[in-house]
Amino acid sequence: MIGWRSSSSEPDERISVFELDYDYVQIPYEVTLWILLASLAKIGFHLYHRLPGLMPESCLLILVGAVVGGIIFGTDHKSPPVMDSSIYFLYLLPPIVLEGGYFMPTRPFFENIGSILWWAVLGALINALGIGLSLYLICQVQAFGLSDVNLLQNLLFGSLISAVDPVAVLAVFEEARVNEQLYMMIFGEALLNDGITVVLYNMLIAFTKMHKFEDIEPVDILAGCARFIIVGVGGVMFGIAFGFISAFITRFTQNISAIEPLIVFMFSYLSYLAAETLYLSGILAITACAVTMKKYVEENVSQTSYTTIKYFMKMLSSVSETLIFIFMGVSTVGKNHEWNWAFICFTLAFCQIWRAISVFALFYVSNQFRTFPFSIKDQCIIFYSGVRGAGSFSLAFLLPLSLFPRKKMFVTATLVVIYFTVFIQGITIGPLVRYLDVKKTNKKESINEELHIRLMDHLKAGIEDVCGHWSHYQVRDKFKKFDHRYLRKILIRENLPKSSIVSLYKKLEMKQAIEMVETGILSSTAFSIPHQAQRIQEIKRLCPEDVESIRDILTCNMYQVRQRTLSYNKYNLKPQKSEKQAKEILIRRQNTLRESMRKGHSLPWGKPAGTKNIRYLSFPYGNPQSAGRDTRAAGFSDDDGSNPGSSSVMFSARSRIRSLQKQQAQEIIPMKSLHRGGKALSFGYQRSTSQEEYMGGSRRVALRPKPLFHAVDEEGFFGVSQESVFL
Amino acid sequence: MGAAHSASEEVRELEGKTGFSSDQIEQLHRRFKQLSGDQPTIRKENFNNVPDLELNPIRSKIVRAFFDNRNLRKGPSGLADEINFEDFLTIMSYFRPIDTTMGEEQVELSRKEKLRFLFHMYDSDSDGRITLEEYRNVVEELLSGNPHIEKESARSIADGAMMEAASVCVGQMEPDQVYEGITFEDFLKIWQGIDIETKMHVRFLNMETMALCH
Repeated sequence: MIGWRSSSSEPDERISVFELDYDYVQIPYEVTLWILLASLAKIGFHLYHRLPGLMPESCLLILVGAVVGGIIFGTDHKSPPVMDSSIYFLYLLPPIVLEGGYFMPTRPFFENIGSILWWAVLGALINALGIGLSLYLICQVQAFGLSDVNLLQNLLFGSLISAVDPVAVLAVFEEARVNEQLYMMIFGEALLNDGITVVLYNMLIAFTKMHKFEDIEPVDILAGCARFIIVGVGGVMFGIAFGFISAFITRFTQNISAIEPLIVFMFSYLSYLAAETLYLSGILAITACAVTMKKYVEENVSQTSYTTIKYFMKMLSSVSETLIFIFMGVSTVGKNHEWNWAFICFTLAFCQIWRAISVFALFYVSNQFRTFPFSIKDQCIIFYSGVRGAGSFSLAFLLPLSLFPRKKMFVTATLVVIYFTVFIQGITIGPLVRYLDVKKTNKKESINEELHIRLMDHLKAGIEDVCGHWSHYQVRDKFKKFDHRYLRKILIRENLPKSSIVSLYKKLEMKQAIEMVETGILSSTAFSIPHQAQRIQEIKRLCPEDVESIRDILTCNMYQVRQRTLSYNKYNLKPQKSEKQAKEILIRRQNTLRESMRKGHSLPWGKPAGTKNIRYLSFPYGNPQSAGRDTRAAGFSDDDGSNPGSSSVMFSARSRIRSLQKQQAQEIIPMKSLHRGGKALSFGYQRSTSQEEYMGGSRRVALRPKPLFHAVDEEGFFGVSQESVFL
Repeated sequence: MGAAHSASEEVRELEGKTGFSSDQIEQLHRRFKQLSGDQPTIRKENFNNVPDLELNPIRSKIVRAFFDNRNLRKGPSGLADEINFEDFLTIMSYFRPIDTTMGEEQVELSRKEKLRFLFHMYDSDSDGRITLEEYRNVVEELLSGNPHIEKESARSIADGAMMEAASVCVGQMEPDQVYEGITFEDFLKIWQGIDIETKMHVRFLNMETMALCH
């Protein structure tokens, strides 16, 4: 290679113009390339929009891994040894588990927690022991040449192969929209499964390291079981403790909102490490931490921090998973396999058999105690969703060779099972769900629904009170009371209790506001509020203008189907359909303009003086203030781009209404707070005249819901009054 | 002996009418006596004895539901002054879990019954429609537990919900059309997507043994 010289050669007399040093960057370089390759593959995967519903994304990742493995093998390249035990357990595993715990829909989870625990724990145990024992029996048969695999090794293998990764199929479920109960069972299993399997694995490794099999006495087994419980419960306690601490700390981070994501991540990671130090289950710790933290942290941190946390979490877990799958692919294509027909086939067979046994047996029992039992169809789906994934592979890969002379065989068997389940089961489970016509859910997001459900909760609690019976609803109520009275006071920033109805309402309003921008402001309306004057007449029905606005709501397709709890997709967050690039630019421009206009703040370190915080829980559209500005900005982008941002959508609406009023007297529903609108306008809202032209052509009314967002304070030019925003 | 016989006959009669098992009837009877202070009937004041009910935001509606003639199947409107055990059971029977092994029609019927109960809770003036005022009232009560929420907000929410209901039930409306209120059919439509079976039931009513918590 003329002109190129590796820097590892002898020192040269001349200074070379070009040098190439690959060894220096090899590891990070290749890792980055792998991750990029996987990301590109994912982009391609999602471009063809029907694909995600057909097969789980794991399929794709495995294929990419296999391709990379093929390349590496083909070029005889020495792949960097990135994955070993400590790296896996310390760096690759925690993000995946954290993400699972953080995005878990808590309410359905806790409502079904009895069934989930019963199923996950016992299922894992039955599977592990069953598969292990059966394989041991097979190994005893001389003909297969497996007699050197002893019982402990088989048990260990059983435990690691029973680690199901159903998250892979959850994406498919989301397409098929199965009912919530089923979804929760599978999700819960995925969540707890990792923890249980790892605990079991570690325990069995400890056993293996101990003396030979014959030395193990019943005492040891009892100690093992006790240890199992301690490990689990201890881990959860650690997690909860760390969750509370971090929630408490985020209470004070108003002015340094940039470190909030840091706190969240560091504390979760810390909980994992602390638990691991004491040989407790780090996985359960980090899961518990995430669940605890989420509730309080969500309310304390700023909107941008919240978004950051979400996205960063997804990113980290995605990276981890990708790396693991690449490894899998790399290991597939290689020379370190040992193919033993008997072992592999029987492993595959036993996996299915034992899963079926555990599903049907356990659910038969738990159905006796459930008010709404799982049908046979549901159970079939649960059985079929036992897809293995990265977890099993990692554990197999990390088997210590010293204790497992036949490690290669185990790895091969694991790979076969994974490939089989992911590809065959993963691809066919979608059609199976549709074929079996599993009971679907029909979640729509609507205020009515929220109201009714709330009413039902209370009604049910009330009736139970009258009957004088305990049920888990009562437990939940009591917990909520305790939570409100003590925990929230300590852990939440400014004690502003939320109501889910109101948050939902606000969320819908914001959504609608954005859609107003989307479709051209004027062709849509918001909730109309009967004017105060009209109220005096005690109308009992909606007046025509309201009806008009109702129709407008319809035409703008306001209530898009949006799944409330089922919007969990492991591989991406819900796409933000309404973002466009121009808006982004405008938002940023508004931001910078706003920043520059603000006194004394050059960096967005804190909130501007007058601005108070508006919290929108789980709001996908990002900063509501930006949305507000956005609405205004996009509305007037034709006129002028240099509007100093308003922070209230109300602003725009009210000013619009006022201007409309000047023009067309007939169709407007005067807003109750019109006088406020006037005041608001007087705050230097220069552009009102231009609004009129813009809206000249339309006959529709742009309304805004009223005092949920009370108008701007006297002093806060940019602020939105907080007093009644938090409802 | 004679008293015992007639008691068990009564129980059987009640079993037939309301569909509860005799164990459940026994338990409920004990509870009834507790609430009523060993009187044969319960009045509204007796519900004050239930301590946890105080904290329930829709307490008044729940108590009212017990005395609502429509729920008791005694008339189209109005409130009874007092209810006896059979009425008590009638109300409780609305909360039995829907037995999915029954036929399609039965399931549909049970569902409708439960929804009708709910409808009566909303429709306080018994005119067969849930008007805006009534809806507002419900929302205000629901949110009354929260001191930070103003009445205004509750009102807006109710208005919004009403409008949504209108759009669901009536669809596109003419400019002159006026939406009177939610009728029972509309109510059913709204509830079509929501799974009432899993929500509106009290677990114990389906189980044989439960511990009573006083």
